[in-house]
Amino acid sequence: MNSPALNPIAASLRDFLHGDLVHNFRTSPVAVVSAVVALILILGGMLAPWIAPHDPTDLASLSLLDSFKPPWPSEGSDWFNPLGTDSQGRDVLSAIMYGTRVSLIVGFWSVIISVLLGILAGLTAGYLGGMADTILMRVADVQLTFPAILTALMINGIVAAALPRSMREDVQLPVIIVSIGISLWPGIARTVRGSALVERNKEYVLAARVIGVPAWRIMLSHVLPNVIGPVSVLATLGLGGAILTEATLSFLGVGLSPSRPTLGTLIRYGNDFLFSGQWWVVIFPGLALVLMVLSINLLGDWLRDALNPRLR
Amino acid sequence: MFAFIATRLLQAIPVLLVVGLISFALFAYVGDPVSIILGQDHTEAQAKAMIHQLGLDQPFFVQFARYLWGATRGEFGISYRLAQPVSLLIKERLPATLELALTATVISIAIGVPMGVYTGINRDSWFSRLFMAGSLIGVSLPTFLVGILLILVFSVSLDWLPSFGRGTVVHVGSWWTTGFATASGLRALILPSVTLGLFQMTLILRLVRAEMLEVLRTDYIRFARARGLTNRTIYFGHALRNTLVPVITIIGLQFGSLVAFSLVTESVFQWPGMGLLLVQSVAVADIPVMSAYLLLISVVFLLINLVVDLLYYVVDPRLRMTRRSS
Repeated sequence: MNSPALNPIAASLRDFLHGDLVHNFRTSPVAVVSAVVALILILGGMLAPWIAPHDPTDLASLSLLDSFKPPWPSEGSDWFNPLGTDSQGRDVLSAIMYGTRVSLIVGFWSVIISVLLGILAGLTAGYLGGMADTILMRVADVQLTFPAILTALMINGIVAAALPRSMREDVQLPVIIVSIGISLWPGIARTVRGSALVERNKEYVLAARVIGVPAWRIMLSHVLPNVIGPVSVLATLGLGGAILTEATLSFLGVGLSPSRPTLGTLIRYGNDFLFSGQWWVVIFPGLALVLMVLSINLLGDWLRDALNPRLR
Repeated sequence: MFAFIATRLLQAIPVLLVVGLISFALFAYVGDPVSIILGQDHTEAQAKAMIHQLGLDQPFFVQFARYLWGATRGEFGISYRLAQPVSLLIKERLPATLELALTATVISIAIGVPMGVYTGINRDSWFSRLFMAGSLIGVSLPTFLVGILLILVFSVSLDWLPSFGRGTVVHVGSWWTTGFATASGLRALILPSVTLGLFQMTLILRLVRAEMLEVLRTDYIRFARARGLTNRTIYFGHALRNTLVPVITIIGLQFGSLVAFSLVTESVFQWPGMGLLLVQSVAVADIPVMSAYLLLISVVFLLINLVVDLLYYVVDPRLRMTRRSS
């Protein structure tokens, strides 16, 4: 028998596996299915350079003779391009896998930025209060009235205008990540502020202040752990939102350059072939995007319900 | 009532000033207006003359005040891309966007509210389940995909409806154009407004349903039944009326995002509105258009918030009472 005292890591892992969250997860079919779908899409995207059947960035392998092959069971299709090919003979499945990879990278880093900004602003506003609180929350309120897509579009356009033309290509990825990250911070900041306000008046925080613990340490080691739950829910839902925002920007043609296609770029590009009957060039990337966002959002919803003690 | 409106207007002033400052900073400091207007080849003297002509050699506050003064009279400078006054471009495009957003809102209310009431009353019927499953898909589908799918079905496969443009428009007054007056204008309006309204419709449907479920459990509904009132009076006169406050909030707040999401819809359908103008301007860094759009959209959002607050008073008599007594 493993004694918990001897093996604390194994013990905490065992506690986790037998805990409420895992039990709740296993008994929720929606959560399990969404997790499986999200995992398949994420793995397919992140491992694209190694497992994708073709390399869409390798121009030498493309042949115009292969262009517009329909997807698998229809007439004139073959097994090498199960989802068909586009106007340049690019394999749609591989393009989707590479595109998912870029979409995920953008989504992931934007959420990291918005969570860091949100926690920093929320803790400062909630714990310190006063002027800092008033100013930060007014800014958040004003920004919340603007839809995220508009904020991201504006920041993206302003940076593009401010930078010299030669630099734009190099900084596109960080610019789009930062602009989406900034567009998402107010929601997180508000939640963190709410929790920080509650914790600030509790006795253990008062005790810590009495023995002279500095404010930043109280915030980090006492207040922060209490906001991890709600923030993880918002971060999950934010990932879906960030991926959608990026796809929309790319669809509008103001995101990343076409040399680094994301799901949104693929849809924009496929849109041109709608009238000539090559529906698969646009429908499959669209399907991948919807499945990704839907499964992530359902997981976020599940997490919110699972962490909400009132619904147990 | 008057005091309330006055407070709200006063609260809006600092917000407008900040947005005005951002939009002015954009206008005056981002990019290099002189070289954009004069082109790459120009002499030092020409540049100096242009700087003086644009007022860029004046102190910051003078420039800012002049910018705001111009903005109140609808002057936002000249578009770099189209070499036309921004005010003219906006006048041309504004009717298209407002008609689209208005139609989308009307559609989403006209369909969303009855469906919400139905699913709220008949919670477990098959239709309700169908509506709810459909609404989940409606919430998750990105706007541009909805548009593409609608074009694929109704324009490409069935060839029933046009997939781009506004159709024939009729001039009303000095600058307003309307697509409501001609058959081709109305036909062109259908797909874009459904695309734009779908998300809002599902939101209204889910909200009305949730509120109806809540209200129907309350005591005064049971009392109304005990009084022998007809179902129609109970559902529409008593229950629906009490769900209206949150529904109005959402419709009001969503009208703002409707204007923003019209960027996407207008791009898909090549609808000649403000959204398409902004997207095209961002792509080539046409700063005067961007700063004017930012300022205008903020004014629109603030006005909508004010209207929503006023509507509460009309709908909810309790608010009138508390305000009067305090």
